[in-house]
Amino acid sequence: MATETTGAVSSCVDSYGSAIGMPQLCFEWFPNQIFWLVLTLVVIFLVLSRIALPRIASVLAERQGTITNDIAAAENLKAKALEAEDAYNKALADARAEAQNIVASAKAEIQADLNVAIAKADSEIAAKTSESEAAIAEIRAGALASVEEVAKDTAAELVSALGGKASAKDVGAAVAARLKG
Amino acid sequence: MADKAAEGSSLVFHPMDQFIIKPLFGDGPIGMFTVTNMTLWLGLAVLCIFGLMVLGTSRRAVIPSRAQSIAEMAYGFVYKMVEDVTGKDGLKYFPYIFTLFIFILFSNFLALIPMSFSPTSHIAVTAILGFGVFFVVTAIGFIKNGVGFLGLFWVSSAPLALRPVLALIEIISYFVRPVSHSIRLAGNVMAGHAVLKVFAGFAALTAVAPLSILGVVAIYGLEVLVSAIQAYVFTILTCVYLKDALHPSH
Repeated sequence: MATETTGAVSSCVDSYGSAIGMPQLCFEWFPNQIFWLVLTLVVIFLVLSRIALPRIASVLAERQGTITNDIAAAENLKAKALEAEDAYNKALADARAEAQNIVASAKAEIQADLNVAIAKADSEIAAKTSESEAAIAEIRAGALASVEEVAKDTAAELVSALGGKASAKDVGAAVAARLKG
Repeated sequence: MADKAAEGSSLVFHPMDQFIIKPLFGDGPIGMFTVTNMTLWLGLAVLCIFGLMVLGTSRRAVIPSRAQSIAEMAYGFVYKMVEDVTGKDGLKYFPYIFTLFIFILFSNFLALIPMSFSPTSHIAVTAILGFGVFFVVTAIGFIKNGVGFLGLFWVSSAPLALRPVLALIEIISYFVRPVSHSIRLAGNVMAGHAVLKVFAGFAALTAVAPLSILGVVAIYGLEVLVSAIQAYVFTILTCVYLKDALHPSH
Protein backbone atom coordinates (compact mmCIF):
# COMPACT_ATOMS: atom_id res chain seq x y z
CA MET A 1 0.00 0.00 0.00
CA ALA A 2 1.32 3.40 -0.93
CA THR A 3 1.62 5.16 2.39
CA GLU A 4 3.71 8.04 1.07
CA THR A 5 0.71 9.56 -0.82
CA THR A 6 0.31 13.02 0.60
CA GLY A 7 -3.18 14.18 1.58
CA ALA A 8 -4.58 10.70 1.40
CA VAL A 9 -7.60 9.93 3.51
CA SER A 10 -6.15 6.51 4.10
CA SER A 11 -3.61 4.19 2.59
CA CYS A 12 -6.26 2.83 0.23
CA VAL A 13 -7.64 6.07 -1.18
CA ASP A 14 -5.57 8.77 -2.86
CA SER A 15 -6.02 12.50 -2.46
CA TYR A 16 -8.48 12.62 -5.38
CA GLY A 17 -10.77 10.12 -3.63
CA SER A 18 -9.87 7.34 -6.04
CA ALA A 19 -9.00 3.84 -5.05
CA ILE A 20 -5.38 2.75 -4.82
CA GLY A 21 -5.36 -0.82 -6.08
CA MET A 22 -8.33 -2.96 -5.16
CA PRO A 23 -10.47 -1.58 -2.33
CA GLN A 24 -11.28 -5.22 -1.62
CA LEU A 25 -7.71 -5.72 -0.41
CA CYS A 26 -7.61 -2.75 1.93
CA PHE A 27 -6.89 -4.42 5.25
CA GLU A 28 -7.56 -1.19 7.14
CA TRP A 29 -11.26 -1.64 6.50
CA PHE A 30 -11.47 -5.30 7.39
CA PRO A 31 -12.32 -4.94 11.11
CA ASN A 32 -15.09 -2.48 10.27
CA GLN A 33 -16.48 -4.68 7.50
CA ILE A 34 -16.34 -7.83 9.58
CA PHE A 35 -17.99 -6.14 12.55
CA TRP A 36 -20.93 -4.83 10.53
CA LEU A 37 -21.27 -8.07 8.56
CA VAL A 38 -21.40 -10.21 11.67
CA LEU A 39 -23.88 -7.82 13.26
CA THR A 40 -26.03 -7.96 10.12
CA LEU A 41 -25.93 -11.74 9.96
CA VAL A 42 -26.83 -12.06 13.64
CA VAL A 43 -29.76 -9.65 13.25
CA ILE A 44 -31.02 -11.45 10.13
CA PHE A 45 -30.61 -14.84 11.80
CA LEU A 46 -32.48 -13.77 14.93
CA VAL A 47 -35.32 -12.17 12.94
CA LEU A 48 -35.63 -15.21 10.70
CA SER A 49 -35.29 -17.95 13.28
CA ARG A 50 -37.44 -16.26 15.93
CA ILE A 51 -40.20 -14.77 13.79
CA ALA A 52 -40.20 -15.40 10.07
CA LEU A 53 -39.29 -19.06 9.63
CA PRO A 54 -41.57 -20.52 12.35
CA ARG A 55 -44.38 -18.34 11.05
CA ILE A 56 -43.94 -19.50 7.46
CA ALA A 57 -43.62 -23.11 8.62
CA SER A 58 -46.87 -22.82 10.57
CA VAL A 59 -48.62 -21.13 7.63
CA LEU A 60 -47.47 -23.88 5.27
CA ALA A 61 -48.55 -26.59 7.74
CA GLU A 62 -51.87 -24.86 8.24
CA ARG A 63 -52.37 -24.64 4.48
CA GLN A 64 -51.51 -28.32 4.12
CA GLY A 65 -54.03 -29.11 6.85
CA THR A 66 -56.65 -26.93 5.23
CA ILE A 67 -56.11 -28.59 1.88
CA THR A 68 -56.33 -32.07 3.44
CA ASN A 69 -59.50 -31.08 5.30
CA ASP A 70 -61.00 -29.54 2.21
CA ILE A 71 -60.30 -32.65 0.17
CA ALA A 72 -61.88 -34.80 2.89
CA ALA A 73 -64.89 -32.47 2.99
CA ALA A 74 -65.15 -32.62 -0.78
CA GLU A 75 -65.14 -36.44 -0.65
CA ASN A 76 -67.83 -36.27 2.00
CA LEU A 77 -69.94 -33.93 -0.08
CA LYS A 78 -69.47 -36.10 -3.12
CA ALA A 79 -70.72 -39.15 -1.20
CA LYS A 80 -73.66 -37.09 0.00
CA ALA A 81 -74.42 -35.98 -3.53
CA LEU A 82 -74.37 -39.59 -4.74
CA GLU A 83 -76.68 -40.51 -1.88
CA ALA A 84 -79.01 -37.67 -2.77
CA GLU A 85 -78.98 -38.75 -6.40
CA ASP A 86 -79.93 -42.29 -5.40
CA ALA A 87 -82.73 -41.00 -3.21
CA TYR A 88 -83.92 -38.79 -6.03
CA ASN A 89 -83.90 -41.68 -8.50
CA LYS A 90 -85.78 -43.85 -6.01
CA ALA A 91 -88.35 -41.16 -5.40
CA LEU A 92 -88.72 -40.69 -9.14
CA ALA A 93 -89.28 -44.41 -9.69
CA ASP A 94 -91.80 -44.51 -6.82
CA ALA A 95 -93.63 -41.52 -8.18
CA ARG A 96 -93.72 -43.07 -11.63
CA ALA A 97 -95.11 -46.35 -10.28
CA GLU A 98 -97.71 -44.48 -8.26
CA ALA A 99 -98.68 -42.43 -11.26
CA GLN A 100 -99.10 -45.58 -13.29
CA ASN A 101 -101.30 -47.05 -10.55
CA ILE A 102 -103.39 -43.92 -10.47
CA VAL A 103 -103.71 -43.93 -14.24
CA ALA A 104 -104.73 -47.61 -14.24
CA SER A 105 -107.29 -47.18 -11.48
CA ALA A 106 -108.67 -44.05 -13.12
CA LYS A 107 -108.94 -45.92 -16.39
CA ALA A 108 -110.77 -48.81 -14.69
CA GLU A 109 -113.13 -46.41 -12.95
CA ILE A 110 -113.83 -44.55 -16.15
CA GLN A 111 -114.35 -47.86 -17.95
CA ALA A 112 -116.87 -48.95 -15.30
CA ASP A 113 -118.69 -45.63 -15.49
CA LEU A 114 -118.66 -45.88 -19.25
CA ASN A 115 -120.06 -49.42 -19.19
CA VAL A 116 -122.86 -48.40 -16.86
CA ALA A 117 -123.65 -45.38 -19.01
CA ILE A 118 -123.57 -47.48 -22.18
CA ALA A 119 -125.86 -50.09 -20.66
CA LYS A 120 -128.23 -47.40 -19.49
CA ALA A 121 -128.18 -45.75 -22.85
CA ASP A 122 -128.76 -49.11 -24.58
CA SER A 123 -131.76 -49.89 -22.42
CA GLU A 124 -133.11 -46.39 -22.96
CA ILE A 125 -132.60 -46.73 -26.67
CA ALA A 126 -134.29 -50.14 -26.60
CA ALA A 127 -137.23 -48.70 -24.68
CA LYS A 128 -137.47 -45.77 -27.04
CA THR A 129 -137.26 -48.12 -30.02
CA SER A 130 -140.07 -50.37 -28.81
CA GLU A 131 -142.14 -47.34 -27.95
CA SER A 132 -141.54 -45.90 -31.38
CA GLU A 133 -142.31 -49.23 -33.02
CA ALA A 134 -145.57 -49.38 -31.13
CA ALA A 135 -146.37 -45.85 -32.19
CA ILE A 136 -145.49 -46.67 -35.79
CA ALA A 137 -147.64 -49.80 -35.68
CA GLU A 138 -150.49 -47.80 -34.26
CA ILE A 139 -150.05 -45.11 -36.89
CA ARG A 140 -149.85 -47.77 -39.60
CA ALA A 141 -152.98 -49.41 -38.31
CA GLY A 142 -154.69 -46.04 -38.13
CA ALA A 143 -153.52 -45.28 -41.61
CA LEU A 144 -154.85 -48.62 -42.95
CA ALA A 145 -158.17 -47.95 -41.31
CA SER A 146 -158.24 -44.49 -42.77
CA VAL A 147 -157.24 -45.84 -46.20
CA GLU A 148 -160.10 -48.35 -46.00
CA GLU A 149 -162.52 -45.61 -44.98
CA VAL A 150 -161.31 -43.29 -47.71
CA ALA A 151 -161.42 -46.12 -50.25
CA LYS A 152 -164.94 -47.03 -49.17
CA ASP A 153 -166.09 -43.45 -49.38
CA THR A 154 -164.34 -42.89 -52.68
CA ALA A 155 -165.70 -46.12 -54.11
CA ALA A 156 -169.21 -45.26 -52.94
CA GLU A 157 -168.92 -41.79 -54.43
CA LEU A 158 -167.56 -43.20 -57.69
CA VAL A 159 -170.36 -45.73 -57.86
CA SER A 160 -172.96 -43.06 -57.18
CA ALA A 161 -171.35 -40.75 -59.63
CA LEU A 162 -171.44 -43.40 -62.28
CA GLY A 163 -175.19 -43.68 -61.58
CA GLY A 164 -175.16 -46.89 -59.76
CA LYS A 165 -176.45 -47.69 -56.44
CA ALA A 166 -174.26 -49.60 -54.23
CA SER A 167 -174.94 -50.79 -50.79
CA ALA A 168 -172.39 -49.98 -48.20
CA LYS A 169 -171.91 -53.63 -47.51
CA ASP A 170 -170.94 -54.48 -51.11
CA VAL A 171 -168.54 -51.54 -51.33
CA GLY A 172 -166.98 -52.53 -48.06
CA ALA A 173 -166.47 -56.11 -49.21
CA ALA A 174 -164.98 -55.01 -52.54
CA VAL A 175 -162.55 -52.60 -50.92
CA ALA A 176 -161.53 -55.17 -48.38
CA ALA A 177 -160.91 -57.68 -51.15
CA ARG A 178 -158.86 -55.14 -53.10
CA LEU A 179 -156.78 -54.18 -50.05
CA LYS A 180 -155.97 -57.80 -49.34
CA GLY A 181 -154.99 -58.51 -52.89
CA MET B 1 -4.35 2.00 -13.72
CA ALA B 2 -7.42 4.19 -13.59
CA ASP B 3 -5.34 7.25 -12.77
CA LYS B 4 -3.11 6.89 -15.81
CA ALA B 5 -6.13 6.63 -18.12
CA ALA B 6 -7.65 9.67 -16.46
CA GLU B 7 -4.55 11.77 -17.00
CA GLY B 8 -4.09 10.70 -20.60
CA SER B 9 -7.48 11.34 -22.12
CA SER B 10 -10.89 12.81 -21.47
CA LEU B 11 -12.13 9.33 -20.59
CA VAL B 12 -12.17 8.85 -16.84
CA PHE B 13 -12.48 5.32 -15.57
CA HIS B 14 -12.65 4.63 -11.90
CA PRO B 15 -14.20 1.19 -12.00
CA MET B 16 -12.97 0.31 -8.55
CA ASP B 17 -14.05 3.51 -6.80
CA GLN B 18 -17.52 2.14 -6.27
CA PHE B 19 -16.06 -0.37 -3.84
CA ILE B 20 -14.43 2.23 -1.61
CA ILE B 21 -15.69 2.27 1.94
CA LYS B 22 -16.45 5.76 3.22
CA PRO B 23 -17.70 6.97 6.56
CA LEU B 24 -21.37 7.82 6.20
CA PHE B 25 -21.17 10.81 8.55
CA GLY B 26 -18.25 13.18 8.46
CA ASP B 27 -14.79 12.46 7.22
CA GLY B 28 -12.25 10.54 9.09
CA PRO B 29 -10.49 7.28 9.65
CA ILE B 30 -12.53 4.12 9.55
CA GLY B 31 -12.45 2.43 12.90
CA MET B 32 -14.12 -0.81 13.79
CA PHE B 33 -17.48 0.71 14.67
CA THR B 34 -17.56 3.59 12.15
CA VAL B 35 -20.90 3.77 10.34
CA THR B 36 -19.98 3.48 6.68
CA ASN B 37 -21.68 3.19 3.30
CA MET B 38 -21.39 -0.57 3.73
CA THR B 39 -23.28 -0.31 7.02
CA LEU B 40 -26.02 1.56 5.19
CA TRP B 41 -26.43 -1.10 2.50
CA LEU B 42 -26.19 -3.97 4.97
CA GLY B 43 -28.89 -2.21 6.98
CA LEU B 44 -31.03 -1.80 3.86
CA ALA B 45 -30.63 -5.51 3.19
CA VAL B 46 -31.79 -6.24 6.74
CA LEU B 47 -34.77 -3.93 6.27
CA CYS B 48 -35.73 -5.53 2.97
CA ILE B 49 -35.41 -9.03 4.44
CA PHE B 50 -37.49 -7.90 7.42
CA GLY B 51 -40.08 -6.41 5.06
CA LEU B 52 -40.36 -9.55 2.96
CA MET B 53 -40.04 -12.27 5.55
CA VAL B 54 -41.75 -10.64 8.56
CA LEU B 55 -44.07 -7.88 7.34
CA GLY B 56 -44.89 -9.78 4.16
CA THR B 57 -46.04 -12.81 6.11
CA SER B 58 -47.68 -10.88 8.98
CA ARG B 59 -51.20 -11.73 7.85
CA ARG B 60 -50.46 -15.47 8.03
CA ALA B 61 -52.98 -15.91 5.26
CA VAL B 62 -53.89 -19.38 4.07
CA ILE B 63 -54.30 -17.80 0.66
CA PRO B 64 -51.08 -15.78 0.48
CA SER B 65 -50.59 -12.22 -0.68
CA ARG B 66 -47.85 -11.51 -3.23
CA ALA B 67 -45.18 -10.75 -0.62
CA GLN B 68 -46.15 -13.78 1.46
CA SER B 69 -46.07 -15.88 -1.69
CA ILE B 70 -42.51 -14.77 -2.44
CA ALA B 71 -41.43 -15.38 1.16
CA GLU B 72 -42.95 -18.86 1.09
CA MET B 73 -41.34 -19.57 -2.26
CA ALA B 74 -37.90 -18.59 -0.91
CA TYR B 75 -38.54 -20.71 2.19
CA GLY B 76 -39.66 -23.70 0.14
CA PHE B 77 -36.78 -23.32 -2.31
CA VAL B 78 -34.08 -23.38 0.36
CA TYR B 79 -35.90 -25.94 2.51
CA LYS B 80 -36.14 -28.35 -0.39
CA MET B 81 -32.52 -27.71 -1.32
CA VAL B 82 -31.33 -28.52 2.21
CA GLU B 83 -33.56 -31.58 2.38
CA ASP B 84 -32.52 -32.90 -1.03
CA VAL B 85 -28.78 -32.34 -0.61
CA THR B 86 -28.13 -33.03 3.07
CA GLY B 87 -31.07 -35.26 3.93
CA LYS B 88 -33.53 -35.01 6.81
CA ASP B 89 -30.84 -34.65 9.47
CA GLY B 90 -29.55 -31.49 7.80
CA LEU B 91 -32.86 -29.70 8.30
CA LYS B 92 -31.96 -28.43 11.76
CA TYR B 93 -29.30 -26.28 10.10
CA PHE B 94 -31.91 -24.86 7.73
CA PRO B 95 -32.25 -21.46 9.52
CA TYR B 96 -28.49 -20.84 9.19
CA ILE B 97 -28.42 -21.78 5.53
CA PHE B 98 -31.53 -19.72 4.85
CA THR B 99 -29.87 -16.73 6.58
CA LEU B 100 -26.87 -17.06 4.26
CA PHE B 101 -29.05 -17.41 1.18
CA ILE B 102 -31.38 -14.53 1.88
CA PHE B 103 -28.52 -12.23 2.92
CA ILE B 104 -26.47 -12.91 -0.22
CA LEU B 105 -29.55 -12.68 -2.44
CA PHE B 106 -30.64 -9.31 -1.05
CA SER B 107 -27.11 -7.90 -0.93
CA ASN B 108 -26.59 -8.86 -4.57
CA PHE B 109 -29.88 -7.42 -5.73
CA LEU B 110 -29.61 -4.22 -3.70
CA ALA B 111 -26.13 -3.76 -5.17
CA LEU B 112 -27.72 -3.59 -8.62
CA ILE B 113 -29.39 -0.29 -7.74
CA PRO B 114 -27.34 2.44 -9.45
CA MET B 115 -25.03 4.34 -7.06
CA SER B 116 -25.40 1.61 -4.48
CA PHE B 117 -22.67 -0.25 -2.65
CA SER B 118 -22.20 -3.98 -2.98
CA PRO B 119 -21.07 -5.67 0.26
CA THR B 120 -20.80 -9.08 -1.41
CA SER B 121 -18.12 -7.73 -3.77
CA HIS B 122 -15.76 -7.46 -0.80
CA ILE B 123 -13.54 -10.37 -0.06
CA ALA B 124 -13.69 -9.51 3.65
CA VAL B 125 -17.43 -10.17 3.58
CA THR B 126 -17.43 -13.32 1.48
CA ALA B 127 -14.36 -14.70 3.27
CA ILE B 128 -16.17 -14.41 6.59
CA LEU B 129 -19.14 -16.22 5.05
CA GLY B 130 -17.01 -18.86 3.31
CA PHE B 131 -14.62 -19.54 6.18
CA GLY B 132 -17.48 -19.39 8.64
CA VAL B 133 -19.19 -22.17 6.72
CA PHE B 134 -15.90 -24.08 6.50
CA PHE B 135 -15.15 -23.96 10.23
CA VAL B 136 -18.71 -24.66 11.34
CA VAL B 137 -19.09 -27.55 8.91
CA THR B 138 -15.74 -29.05 9.93
CA ALA B 139 -16.69 -28.72 13.59
CA ILE B 140 -20.04 -30.41 12.92
CA GLY B 141 -18.22 -33.17 11.06
CA PHE B 142 -15.93 -33.92 14.00
CA ILE B 143 -18.69 -33.60 16.60
CA LYS B 144 -21.06 -35.88 14.71
CA ASN B 145 -18.58 -38.49 13.49
CA GLY B 146 -15.54 -38.11 15.73
CA VAL B 147 -12.38 -39.39 14.09
CA GLY B 148 -14.58 -41.14 11.53
CA PHE B 149 -14.91 -37.75 9.83
CA LEU B 150 -11.38 -38.28 8.51
CA GLY B 151 -12.84 -41.11 6.44
CA LEU B 152 -13.92 -38.34 4.10
CA PHE B 153 -10.29 -38.20 2.92
CA TRP B 154 -9.76 -41.94 2.79
CA VAL B 155 -11.44 -43.14 -0.40
CA SER B 156 -12.24 -46.71 0.56
CA SER B 157 -13.54 -47.61 -2.90
CA ALA B 158 -10.16 -46.87 -4.56
CA PRO B 159 -7.30 -49.39 -4.80
CA LEU B 160 -5.15 -49.39 -1.65
CA ALA B 161 -2.05 -48.11 -3.41
CA LEU B 162 -3.89 -45.04 -4.69
CA ARG B 163 -5.52 -44.13 -1.40
CA PRO B 164 -2.66 -42.05 0.12
CA VAL B 165 -2.40 -40.03 -3.09
CA LEU B 166 -6.15 -39.54 -3.21
CA ALA B 167 -6.15 -38.60 0.46
CA LEU B 168 -3.60 -35.87 -0.24
CA ILE B 169 -5.71 -34.55 -3.13
CA GLU B 170 -8.85 -34.73 -1.02
CA ILE B 171 -7.22 -32.82 1.83
CA ILE B 172 -5.95 -30.11 -0.51
CA SER B 173 -9.34 -29.78 -2.16
CA TYR B 174 -11.01 -29.68 1.25
CA PHE B 175 -8.86 -26.76 2.37
CA VAL B 176 -9.29 -24.93 -0.93
CA ARG B 177 -13.06 -25.09 -0.52
CA PRO B 178 -13.49 -21.96 1.64
CA VAL B 179 -11.16 -19.97 -0.60
CA SER B 180 -13.01 -20.85 -3.79
CA HIS B 181 -16.31 -20.56 -1.97
CA SER B 182 -15.65 -16.95 -0.99
CA ILE B 183 -13.67 -15.76 -4.01
CA ARG B 184 -16.31 -17.13 -6.40
CA LEU B 185 -18.98 -14.85 -4.94
CA ALA B 186 -16.81 -11.76 -4.47
CA GLY B 187 -15.18 -12.20 -7.87
CA ASN B 188 -18.46 -12.54 -9.72
CA VAL B 189 -20.04 -9.52 -8.10
CA MET B 190 -16.94 -7.34 -8.30
CA ALA B 191 -16.18 -8.20 -11.93
CA GLY B 192 -19.76 -7.54 -13.00
CA HIS B 193 -19.91 -4.18 -11.29
CA ALA B 194 -16.48 -3.16 -12.58
CA VAL B 195 -17.46 -4.09 -16.15
CA LEU B 196 -20.68 -2.11 -15.79
CA LYS B 197 -18.65 0.91 -14.68
CA VAL B 198 -16.20 0.57 -17.59
CA PHE B 199 -19.05 0.35 -20.11
CA ALA B 200 -20.69 3.34 -18.48
CA GLY B 201 -17.39 5.25 -18.73
CA PHE B 202 -17.33 4.74 -22.49
CA ALA B 203 -20.70 6.48 -22.74
CA ALA B 204 -18.78 9.78 -22.51
CA LEU B 205 -17.50 9.20 -26.05
CA THR B 206 -20.29 10.23 -28.44
CA ALA B 207 -19.22 7.77 -31.12
CA VAL B 208 -19.53 4.68 -28.97
CA ALA B 209 -22.20 5.95 -26.56
CA PRO B 210 -25.09 3.91 -28.04
CA LEU B 211 -22.97 0.78 -28.04
CA SER B 212 -21.82 1.46 -24.51
CA ILE B 213 -25.37 2.01 -23.26
CA LEU B 214 -26.48 -1.17 -24.99
CA GLY B 215 -23.55 -2.92 -23.32
CA VAL B 216 -24.56 -1.56 -19.92
CA VAL B 217 -28.11 -2.85 -20.43
CA ALA B 218 -26.88 -6.28 -21.53
CA ILE B 219 -24.35 -6.60 -18.69
CA TYR B 220 -26.98 -5.40 -16.23
CA GLY B 221 -29.28 -8.20 -17.38
CA LEU B 222 -26.44 -10.65 -16.95
CA GLU B 223 -25.73 -9.25 -13.49
CA VAL B 224 -29.34 -9.80 -12.42
CA LEU B 225 -28.89 -13.42 -13.40
CA VAL B 226 -25.49 -13.64 -11.68
CA SER B 227 -26.91 -12.15 -8.47
CA ALA B 228 -29.48 -14.88 -8.13
CA ILE B 229 -27.23 -17.68 -9.37
CA GLN B 230 -24.34 -16.78 -7.05
CA ALA B 231 -26.69 -16.75 -4.07
CA TYR B 232 -27.94 -20.16 -5.18
CA VAL B 233 -24.45 -21.52 -5.80
CA PHE B 234 -23.17 -20.34 -2.44
CA THR B 235 -26.13 -21.92 -0.68
CA ILE B 236 -26.04 -25.26 -2.48
CA LEU B 237 -22.28 -25.58 -1.94
CA THR B 238 -22.88 -24.92 1.75
CA CYS B 239 -25.41 -27.76 1.67
CA VAL B 240 -22.95 -30.04 -0.10
CA TYR B 241 -20.23 -29.30 2.48
CA LEU B 242 -22.73 -29.90 5.26
CA LYS B 243 -23.68 -33.22 3.70
CA ASP B 244 -20.00 -34.23 3.68
CA ALA B 245 -19.81 -33.38 7.38
CA LEU B 246 -22.98 -35.31 8.25
CA HIS B 247 -22.26 -38.34 6.06
CA PRO B 248 -18.49 -38.44 5.47
CA SER B 249 -18.46 -41.88 3.85
CA HIS B 250 -18.21 -41.75 0.09
